[in-house]
Amino acid sequence: MLRLNVNGKDIELENLDESTPLLWVLRDQLGLVGTKFGCGGGFCGACTVHVNGAPVRSCTLPASSAAGQNIRTIEGLATDGALHPLQQAWIEHDVPQCGYCQAGQLMSAAALLARTPAPTDADIDTAMQGNLCRCGTYQRIRAAIHSAAGKSGDAS
Amino acid sequence: MNAAERRLARDPNLAAVLREADGVLAAATGHTVSRRTFLKLAGLAGGGLTLGFNLSATSAAQGASAAGELEFNAFLKISPDGSILIYNKNPEVGQGIKTAFPMIVAEELDADWNDVRVEQSPINEALYGRQAAGGSRSIPGAWNQLREAGATARAMLVRAAADTWGVAVAECRTAASVVTHEASGRRLSYGELAAAAAALPVPDVASLTLKSRSDYRLLGQRISGVDNEQIVTGQPLFGIDTQLPGMLYACYIKCPATGGRVRAANLDEIRALPGVLDAFVIEGNDVMTELMPGLAIVGESTWATQKARASLRVDWDESTASKDSWTDLVRQATALADQPGSATLRDDGDVTRAFEAAAQTVEAFYSYPFLSHAPLEPQNCTAWYRDGALEIWAPSQTPQRALQSVASAVAIPVEKITLHQTRIGGGFGRRLINDYVCEVAAIATRVGAPVKLQWSREDDMAHDFCRPAGFHAMQAALDKAGRLTAWQDHFITFTYDGQAPVPGGDARGEIFPMGLVDNLRMTQSMLPLGTPTGAWRAPRSNGFAFPLQSFCHELAVAAGRDHLEFLLEVVGEPRWLEDGNDGALHTGRAAAVIRLAAERAGWGRPLPAGRALGLAFYFSHAGHFAEVADVSVDKNRKLTVHKVTVAGDVGPIVNRSGAESQCQGAVVDGLSTLLGLQITMENGRVQESNFHQYPLLRMPNAPVVDVHFIESDFAPTGLGEPALPPLAPAVCNAIFTATGHRIRMLPLSKEGFHV
Repeated sequence: MLRLNVNGKDIELENLDESTPLLWVLRDQLGLVGTKFGCGGGFCGACTVHVNGAPVRSCTLPASSAAGQNIRTIEGLATDGALHPLQQAWIEHDVPQCGYCQAGQLMSAAALLARTPAPTDADIDTAMQGNLCRCGTYQRIRAAIHSAAGKSGDAS
Repeated sequence: MNAAERRLARDPNLAAVLREADGVLAAATGHTVSRRTFLKLAGLAGGGLTLGFNLSATSAAQGASAAGELEFNAFLKISPDGSILIYNKNPEVGQGIKTAFPMIVAEELDADWNDVRVEQSPINEALYGRQAAGGSRSIPGAWNQLREAGATARAMLVRAAADTWGVAVAECRTAASVVTHEASGRRLSYGELAAAAAALPVPDVASLTLKSRSDYRLLGQRISGVDNEQIVTGQPLFGIDTQLPGMLYACYIKCPATGGRVRAANLDEIRALPGVLDAFVIEGNDVMTELMPGLAIVGESTWATQKARASLRVDWDESTASKDSWTDLVRQATALADQPGSATLRDDGDVTRAFEAAAQTVEAFYSYPFLSHAPLEPQNCTAWYRDGALEIWAPSQTPQRALQSVASAVAIPVEKITLHQTRIGGGFGRRLINDYVCEVAAIATRVGAPVKLQWSREDDMAHDFCRPAGFHAMQAALDKAGRLTAWQDHFITFTYDGQAPVPGGDARGEIFPMGLVDNLRMTQSMLPLGTPTGAWRAPRSNGFAFPLQSFCHELAVAAGRDHLEFLLEVVGEPRWLEDGNDGALHTGRAAAVIRLAAERAGWGRPLPAGRALGLAFYFSHAGHFAEVADVSVDKNRKLTVHKVTVAGDVGPIVNRSGAESQCQGAVVDGLSTLLGLQITMENGRVQESNFHQYPLLRMPNAPVVDVHFIESDFAPTGLGEPALPPLAPAVCNAIFTATGHRIRMLPLSKEGFHV
């Protein structure tokens, strides 16, 4: 039996191969497909989720290591029906092209703003360099983070 | 020709794919279908297969309308509550078509954009004409069709209002989903009129008056992508997100040397592993773009199949596999550089005499490598085979062709195949080919349950249809005044059959400076290849722009002239290069974007040592683009690309946000590729396996991209590709000006340049 807390809900999984990366538990077992598979090696960041608030590559994290931790996925970024300021900024700046990497980008950015509410460009470079965007939307991601930082009182 | 080359030479889809990706525009096909035809065809296509299992927005339109929705044509339904449903017919691959197409319909409809909801249309060639994402052809190909769809429905709504009020149609105006009778101030909303309007005869297209540009309210605005809210909240949209009741998972393993076959494998052992339900060999049809031999592992979860795969032992028969070696190909190409080409592709004027008369000649040898598409969503597809029929959820750039490929690969008639378009996590040309669709179809016919095939990143990189490498041995002649008098390019490319170049490695279409220089010769030599190639963003131009525009700069330097002035002289006086083809290069449009990019970038301004501007122009896919890169290089060859200024002319802009985004993305893609990307092969095997060996550009190194459009009055053309080609030569020209070092071989990492 594996116990996970995902987006505030306690979940129990039976008969799970505990070596399964958290990514595939989220996608295949829990149907939370917002977290994306891109490389399987932690290179691209498409699978980024929060574990106790920190951005983690779920494709290389065995689910067993996440047992008992607080996991937040893109599906849990909006709270009480209100979009996170970053999600709002992403829409306002029309950030996505194909959109595939953006869940991971948003989770990395949300972790950044939670730590550093008014990040500099250098802070953004450091926090976001693990997330590839094959379409090249970096300029808009940067603008959207700055814009959300200007608005968010409690970007958590 | 060896077995691998023979196989590729007779592949039925490769040539078709290139036509799909071709930027050369045919006359736009006015494919207007009446509502009557639509209803008839929709009734035939239903078949009951598509209902009931579509759990997410990944499903295509289902035919079963929401209560009260009224169909005006294949693109448009309006509900009595005023909501407007517009179908997007083409695949959304990140190029923004799912927003741009409905904007065109909504403009002519005079709809309030806030009333519009967008869904992906079914695949139906009879109804929609071409449904594909390739060649930057969507906008020019569907421009009239979409405008007519909107204008037809608008005319019906106006007629219904006029009839209701007993007034003349000419007295009615439309705006923001409302018809107004100006004289009396009476108003009826589109929702109120929908039922009456939809019952009217469909007006003849010839009777419609389409808007002129000055009347546009929506086109040219900045509209955020229609799927953005779903994207940022992680809702299911992409092929990989498809979930079906009782769905199984599969992986498919092919020989790492392209084209090898399975001799034996430990399948009994694999079948006994936890979570594995079946494992079997698929012989395939030996068509590279359809179904090559391999092993399928089917399991209860993606991880079960991936884990089992690690225990798989296969004895591959590589007698029919590629033996390509990149090292060897480079050696062969270099040896050919000094030889005359084996074929002459073009011979204008008298090149020999022009060289004899030259005051100065310049020579250089350029090369660029094979590339992977590396879309971030690895190939995947979901299929369900029931009662002799196949239902597929596919992230494909060519869904219509996918039906044909699947029918050919698994011997199921096309009428028995339904394909739903999903959103696509990047294509760049990779998903013009439907091998992964055929693979899951073959697996589905064996398992009797819905099944999702998932490629790993390593599968994706090992089994791509690469951008072919290319080599150019260039020579040019200058006269005493430093004017270009002759140009010669010996292009060394690849072939499967010894007859034709490989897909994407052919010198067709608009190639700089053809038509601009009186004395021009292009010759070609071909080396045998067994590695599959295909269309990569801006086919041909993505490679050619680097040698051609870099060499043009070399000539300006040799002539002691300013590059901007020299380039404008080569482009010459305003004229079409091909009379009567407004998809061809127009030198006036070219000169205008070159001047605009230079002006906005501050061409000629003083810069500190080690920093310079570089300029390049390229015409492809009917788009005229010039770019100026502002680059610093330090003594350790560390590059900083401060800014790239883009000037383009693709006619009127549809969605300004999407249009700028395509240019920004093309610059990042171009820079990424220029800096460090290459695919190499040894013994037929691609050597790069994942992003640690294929280092895409990351946030800290992304330049500021400043985009400017000249919105000429020509019909709009596509933007997925043409902003990419000028980037590499612009940056390399800046590096030369900053350092005196000429880049003639890509990627830059080969010579120690880095960011």
